[in-house]
Parts: sequence; C-alpha cells; structure tokens
Amino acid sequence: MAVPRPGRTNSEIDAPSSPVLRFGADKPLKLDAGTLLSPFQIAYQTYGTLNDARSNAILVCHALTGDQHVASTNPVTGKPGWWEALIGPGRIIDTNRFFVICSNVLGGCLGSTGPASTNPATGKPYGLDLPIITIRDMVRAQLMLVDHFGIEKLFCVLGGSMGGMQVLEWASTYTERVFSALPIATGARHSSQNIAFHEVGRQAVMADPDWHGGKYFEHGKRPEKGLAVARMAAHITYLSEAALHRKFGRNLQDREALTFGFDADFQIESYLRHQGMTFVDRFDANSYLYMTRSMDYFDLAADHGGRLADAFAGTKTRFCLVSFTSDWLFPTEESRSIVHALNAAGASVSFVEIDTDRGHDAFLLEEPELFAAINGFIGSAARARGLSA
Amino acid sequence: MSVNRAQRVDLEVVAGLIPARSRVLDVGSGDGLLLELLQATKQIDGRGLELSQRGVNECVARGLSVIQGDADTDLEFYPDKGFDFVVLSQTLQATRNPKLVLDELLRIGNRAIVSFPNFGHWRVRLSLFVKGRMPVTKDLPYSWYDTPNIHFCTIRDFVNLCEELGATVERATALDANGQKIGLSMPWWFWNFFGQQAVFLLKR
Repeated sequence: MAVPRPGRTNSEIDAPSSPVLRFGADKPLKLDAGTLLSPFQIAYQTYGTLNDARSNAILVCHALTGDQHVASTNPVTGKPGWWEALIGPGRIIDTNRFFVICSNVLGGCLGSTGPASTNPATGKPYGLDLPIITIRDMVRAQLMLVDHFGIEKLFCVLGGSMGGMQVLEWASTYTERVFSALPIATGARHSSQNIAFHEVGRQAVMADPDWHGGKYFEHGKRPEKGLAVARMAAHITYLSEAALHRKFGRNLQDREALTFGFDADFQIESYLRHQGMTFVDRFDANSYLYMTRSMDYFDLAADHGGRLADAFAGTKTRFCLVSFTSDWLFPTEESRSIVHALNAAGASVSFVEIDTDRGHDAFLLEEPELFAAINGFIGSAARARGLSA
Repeated sequence: MSVNRAQRVDLEVVAGLIPARSRVLDVGSGDGLLLELLQATKQIDGRGLELSQRGVNECVARGLSVIQGDADTDLEFYPDKGFDFVVLSQTLQATRNPKLVLDELLRIGNRAIVSFPNFGHWRVRLSLFVKGRMPVTKDLPYSWYDTPNIHFCTIRDFVNLCEELGATVERATALDANGQKIGLSMPWWFWNFFGQQAVFLLKR
C-alpha cells in the first residue's frame, strides 16, 4: 500500500476514512493534565446493529499500537482487522447479535485527536504541544462516544494490554455504565520494568536526529530509525523466550555461515528489523510517545488511596480476567492482584490463566482456550442481561 | 454428569441446605458440578474458587464465575460475611491448615457448609486394625504416598474443632456407604462408626 512519505504517517489523521465524531468548543474534554482539550475528534468503527433497548453494545478497547479497525480491513496496512478471528458475523462475538464499537484512542494516529493532528491554534501538527493523555482521558472520550449512541449501559467492555487498562478504568470510574468487563493480559498499574522498557523506546525515538524535538513534520522528516528501534525492543517483550526459540532458535538468515560482521546473520535479527520497518510505515512516532506514557501513568490503586479494592467498591459489573503463563509484560500475578481486589469488593469475577508459550501477544492470536473463556463469559452475561441468543 | 453425581451424593445434601437465590461461594469447586446444580435448581448467585487451572478454565467456558486459587492462601481476600453460604465440599482434608480454612469460612459466610470423608468409618478402622495398613477404599482410593488428602479427620475430631472455633453445628448429616442418610436420632459414636461421609451446616 502506498504511504505518503515523508510528511504525515498516513492520510488517516485529520480526515480518516472511518466515521468521526467531532466535539467543538461547547464540549471540551477536561484532561488529567489539568487542561481542556477543544476541539477534538474521535474516529471509530461499528459492526452490527444496536437493538431497540440499546442493551447489546460491546465496546472494544485497543492496545498500544492498535486502532479502531478491530473487525474490518485496516486502510493503512490493508490487513484484516486485528481481532477478526474473534469478532464478526457468526464469530464468538457475533456481530449479528451484538453492536460492536471500537474507537481510536485519544492520542492515537488513526483519526482521533493525537500529536499528529493539526492544532487548530497554529495550523500545524500538535507535536509535543498536545497535553499528556491518560488512560482515563481516553475512557472519558469513549464515554462521550457511547453517550452519542444513547447507550445507557454497555453490555461488555473488553480489551487486552493497554485496552485492558481502559476496561479496568471503565469498570472502576463508570461501573454503572458497564454490565460486564473482560480485561485481558493487563494490569492495574504499569510495573517498573514496563516503564523501563517504554523509556528505552522513547529515548530511541528522541535520540533520532530526525525527531527534531517532536516537530519532524515541519522539517519534512520522520524519526524512522528511532521508532523502529523502539518497536524492536518492545516487540521482544510481547513474545516469550520459549516462543522465540521455537520460531527462530539460532537459525541463520539466508546464509550458510556467520559473516563476521553486523548484518542480520540470525533470523531473529531479520525478523525484528522487519517488525521495526513495517511499524514506522503505519505509526506516528510522537503518538508512540504519548501512548507509552499513558500506560506508564496508569495506576488504578493510586487513584483510590492506594487500595485497589476501593477502585471497585460496590461494583455490580461482572468481571472475567484472562492472563497467559508466558506473558512477562503482564504476568499472571498482575491479574491475580486485580482478582483479589475484586474479591475484596465482593464483585462477581472469573479468572482464567491460559497455558501458552506465545507470550503477551497471545491475546491477539487464535488461542482456543481464550476464545472458550470469552464465549462462556459473554454467553452467561448475555443470559443474565436478558439478551436473546 | 450422572457418574459424578452417583459418587457425590453429598452434593445433593449440600444443595438441600441452601435456599433459593442465596449468595454462595464454593471453595474447591472442582468441575463446577455443585455450582451448576445450584444455579439450575436454586437460581443462586454463585462463585467458585478452584486450585486446578484446567478445572477453572472449563468452568468459565461453561459460563460459571470461577477463579483459580488456593483455599489455604486466597480466602483472606474475601470480605467478612460476603456470602450467605460458603461451601467446602470434600476439600478440608486436602488443605494444609484446616483450622485456619474453617475459621476463614466462618468469617466469609453467614453460614458454612463442610463435607468430608469420615476417617472414623469402620472400614478405615478395620483396615488399620486388621491389616495394619493405611486404608485404600472406594472413596479414598489413594495410597498414603500419593494422596492429596493430608489432614484426615473423624466426625468426632471435626465436632471438636468446631467447638474450638466457636462454631455452632446447626445441622449435621452422615451418609453411610450407600449414600443413605443415617438417622438423626443416632448418637455421635454411631455416626462416627457408620458414617462414610459427613455434611455439617455451621454458624458463628
């Protein structure tokens, strides 16, 4: 797919192909950073039909570098939706039955207001002039989208990783708007190790001379090398040692012997370089800084006096948490501490740990036990909500 | 289901003690049989805690609200009197600290229901007395070296523990080898001798 370069990462930023909800000066968004964002816009996709009672809506929250194209072809990459195996007609989340909403998060780069968007005050891209966006800010913006549809209570909010953080934020701050919540491979806070990995990525971006203090568009450049390195480092954390060894081992890349140089001798090197290169074609470097920061700042317990159970006090929402044994970015213990907090809050909670070597990224893959758990949870929640099969 | 049901008559006794629409926590919920039975017949608000991850995943796939956890370590996270009933069926003898577990059940539930195999049953006594070997029976099929059941007790032992913890026995049922209830009028020693399993309803 042809990508305009240099210049904006893609043509999906200010006027995306997705439907867009624009909020003018009359509806500013109060950000955690203490400032008002106005005007701003949210790009989204929907699948299926909202029923008359408006009780069959499912909100999908995407991860760090995901987007709203959860079950439809991505206009930038031309690839299928990132959760098409799970969501669609006749799938586990059946769009003949449910109304599925997925929006690009605030701070993203696929149509919702982010650092690549044009700042109406200057006519230039925001760059670092955009205030820091938090997970809660993203959720506040999603709430405005949900309100736009006239949905009083979402049947389910689900998502993995950063999407899971949004699910937890929804279930904590707007529990009365959420009938069931399905946070996958996530945590109630970003760990020190995870902040560390994000910082490495950000420093790689900012060390690239083409970054220009965040004003790279104005210089007709993009910090591709820095962003690619950031992606390479991050990508390792999405996999597991066992899966890397299974897929690549010490296999050499298109050669019979070591070259005694710094070419990509090993398949894993070639693979990571490819991951880095394809990423810069679809993602804005500043947006990557903002997204990683939003996760670093997330600490649900800290928002509630240090006691996570208080984040869920009195909740009526039904929860199901899922973790993966080989996920070292969000290890099972992160989910378990949320489960304990939910127990303490007297919440209805299921918790499934899935045995797999596919690491953090397992949530994006066709993992039969994950799909079985989602199916069982959604099915029983739908019965409890009185939704017909 | 029918095979398991025949083996687990105690589940029906337990179910008989729980009124409709109660809030129930099943500790050691296994394959979710009791929760399913209670949801189908009593429309309860049920939760499960189960040690085996496989058991948990199967329960969740069937729509039950179950988490993976250990009765010995994970009960502390539940609030006081968060449930009408906390059930511990055929699990007490497999816990590391049965006294603490029972104490937690009485804290979390308005009532606790505990069922366990009676080590005072005459077959068990006979095996030890005559053969001098640790008993291996239909209901206790493990050898001493591979059994998960590390804290056996008799009905008498259990009644003593309840007294120690200040728990009142509101009801008790002993089942003989055929799964039949032993008459209420019988004295404790009779239950302790002929009861293969016991089900207690406790309150504190």
